[in-house]
Amino acid sequence: MKAWQRKGSLGGPRIKAVMEAHEVQILHALVSNIVDMLEQRRDSAPRDDLAELTGMRSGHSALPDQAPLARLLPDFHRPEPGKDHDPDALAVTRAHNSGMRMIHEPEIIDAKLSTAVVVLRSLPARGGTVSLTPEQAQAWMGCLNDVRLGLGALLLDAGSVDGVPATDIPEFVPEDDPRSAHLDVYHWLTFMQDSLCTALMGQ
Amino acid sequence: MYTVTTPLAADRDVVPVMAMPSAAPVESTEAELDGGVDNPWLTVVWDDPVNLMSYVTFVFQRVFGYSREKAHDLMLKVHNDGRAVVSSGSREKVENDVRKLQEAGLWATMQREA
Repeated sequence: MKAWQRKGSLGGPRIKAVMEAHEVQILHALVSNIVDMLEQRRDSAPRDDLAELTGMRSGHSALPDQAPLARLLPDFHRPEPGKDHDPDALAVTRAHNSGMRMIHEPEIIDAKLSTAVVVLRSLPARGGTVSLTPEQAQAWMGCLNDVRLGLGALLLDAGSVDGVPATDIPEFVPEDDPRSAHLDVYHWLTFMQDSLCTALMGQ
Repeated sequence: MYTVTTPLAADRDVVPVMAMPSAAPVESTEAELDGGVDNPWLTVVWDDPVNLMSYVTFVFQRVFGYSREKAHDLMLKVHNDGRAVVSSGSREKVENDVRKLQEAGLWATMQREA
């Protein structure tokens, strides 16, 4: 696929690109994977009788275990570097993060799912032109970013040294590592997102 | 995405957070988290190896209505310093800002001004 182009039309600006059928397949699979992860997370949240009575949803209270999901749904507070070994400060942080997560995680998941739906609906099954309104293009950018965050978390893990994840996306992943296939896809998505951002911002 | 979530965000603004049963653990911690009880809350965005500079700038413009120049400067501050304060104010405002930035995939957190 080539870079996204912004085109004027009677119905307002459109942001367009041509995707090959196999590109559509890959993106569809990746977005569906994010949707599955987020739906599982949403549906496994503890049920709270009072919340159901009042109609207010309550989410999980702890950070997800899997690295991709943890990056998509980070904590609301991060201790100052250096203070992260003080047990009192950690207890305060943990309580705050649990409370914030229970309140806000369901809505954050909803927002991510709604951008994913926009992408899945606008993908031409057999390949072809994707034509987006600026609003749809915004949803695409958010969703491509989520997919890249998820893959990025796996790649940072793949670049771990002594159990400490890499701080930058590794340039190489050994071919016998199943995550090595993610690297090319990751770079392809980076190109797609950056070009979409340029087209949308009209630079 | 944004047209769908805006009405919810508006509702959230008028919901007193402390009235929610699930928020109980938060109450006891509100005074702490790095700063004094009278200090404003800050929205902090952390540098991240995945998020693109162009995208981060775009998100700052869209979420806060900042000019392209201000959004670009803030993005550079995140990139160069490892983090930047991108907004501040009441606890409710900052909580909402963090939520919106996390919805967009930025690594955003909240804390009290030290």
